[in-house]
Amino acid sequence: MLKNITLGQYFPGDSFIHRLDPRTKLLATVALIAIVFVAQGFSGFLLIAAFVIGCAASTGIHLKYLIRGLKPIMFIIIFTFVLNLFFQTEGKELVHIGFIRITDQGLRMASFMAARLILLVVSSQLLTLTTSPIALTDGLEALFRPLEVIHFPAHEIAMMMSIALRFIPTLMDEADKIMKAQKARGANFETGSLIQRAKAMVPLLVPLFVGAFRRAEDLALAMDARCYRGGAGRTRMKQLKFGKNDVIAAVIMALLLAGVIALNRMNVF
Amino acid sequence: MKKTIIEARGVCFKYEGATALAVDHVTLDIAEGEFLAILGRNGSGKSTFAKLLNALLLPSEGSVKVNGITPTNDDDCYEVRKSCGMVFQNPDNQIVTTIVEEDCAFGLENLGTPPAEIRARVDDALHSVGMSEFALASPSMLSGGQKQRVAVAGVLAMRPKIIVFDESTAMLDPIGRRDVFALARRLNVEEGITIVWITHFMEEAAMADRLVIMDAGRVAMDGTPRDVFTQTEKVTALGLDVPEMMKLTHMLRQEGVALPDGIMTVNEMAVELCRLKSNR
Repeated sequence: MLKNITLGQYFPGDSFIHRLDPRTKLLATVALIAIVFVAQGFSGFLLIAAFVIGCAASTGIHLKYLIRGLKPIMFIIIFTFVLNLFFQTEGKELVHIGFIRITDQGLRMASFMAARLILLVVSSQLLTLTTSPIALTDGLEALFRPLEVIHFPAHEIAMMMSIALRFIPTLMDEADKIMKAQKARGANFETGSLIQRAKAMVPLLVPLFVGAFRRAEDLALAMDARCYRGGAGRTRMKQLKFGKNDVIAAVIMALLLAGVIALNRMNVF
Repeated sequence: MKKTIIEARGVCFKYEGATALAVDHVTLDIAEGEFLAILGRNGSGKSTFAKLLNALLLPSEGSVKVNGITPTNDDDCYEVRKSCGMVFQNPDNQIVTTIVEEDCAFGLENLGTPPAEIRARVDDALHSVGMSEFALASPSMLSGGQKQRVAVAGVLAMRPKIIVFDESTAMLDPIGRRDVFALARRLNVEEGITIVWITHFMEEAAMADRLVIMDAGRVAMDGTPRDVFTQTEKVTALGLDVPEMMKLTHMLRQEGVALPDGIMTVNEMAVELCRLKSNR
């Protein structure tokens, strides 16, 4: 049951995208999200989709992976699509059955919204699949560091994220152990109504929480013992460095944006 | 006479809400390059004393001078922790990051060491504890003994003068235990690092240069392991076991066998018994 949880699922590899600086990838993802909202026509979306699929193909990640990632939000996509389809009343009428009225404008808007959602999810998935969690936190810390001027706790947030990632497997193991111990004493986690099963989780969660607090205390002590004093005056072993590839990536993103804007202007379709 | 690196003078510590002192007027000198074992049963104050050594706790009375510094403010504590590293009991709860080498770098990053130097020192430290091949591994894939070796590397990279092992082998299997102990011993002999080894395993304590037994927050006995364990009755009265051969010596003596003091290993016992037999 606990084995199914994959957080920060990273797909190791050595492609162009894998080797990019995490900051570049983070910024590119943000840019891509913006571009997805800039696009106003089918041609624009096709261009972006081609770009995303091209990126995915270059990383060697199977498309199946990306499509599987869409499953959890399939419902939201369909819901948004239907909502847009039925409640957009402007434009030429296509279908009219009873109170249901579908217009060409509605169909267009609905398809765009669905396309946007799918592209958003797939592109952010590409980010987490090609960037190791530690690189991701390093990248976030570096990007948010300028905000420390206004007391944004960039270092603290990055440290918290990396500690959380470090302790996920440890706590999973512990949960597994507690579960087995409780099962040995006759606890039942698998059958019964939803409420019964939720109640059965209490004897699992309480010791897990107590254990987590104890671990946190130990870890704080161990960090103190190794001279941790927060982010000020701290150096890093691995320095993030922008390279030639990062410039190329920036140029590609700029070209994509230009392409989408041009297609919008030309009003192709 | 060797230089004294840790000077504890009348050190007391009481936890908040407790009635008894956890550490009760402890006065102890530790010489540079010494391998000191501190033995005691649960609640004897040995772990509290360990935390007083690198300023994780500050004494409520008395003073602890470490490498010439008596910590009073945060900056002093920081300096003390730089020269006195600590390896804790639970291997899982002292590794901070998701990659072995990043964890080794953690201490040096905190000290603001330049990146190139961190790299070199981390590689050195990992090599020294024999974990180079796991540099890029995730700590969650390692065994307990390996995790403790990573923890030692993390401390070692900071180049401390003293390393305190606070029951660092208590949660390990016998192989891991032997491994980590041998590592501490080697660092002591080869690098001249002062080791304070806190434990409740007799076998480990018996291998130290000097042994201190703590009881109820006080130093109950202090001497070489041989001297201490020879006083079998006193050790037993403190709720501790003496090594098997010491016990055997004690029992044989009561039966009238004239064995000398300080037999610790099976080999030594065999040699002594053979000698006695041939003399007769």
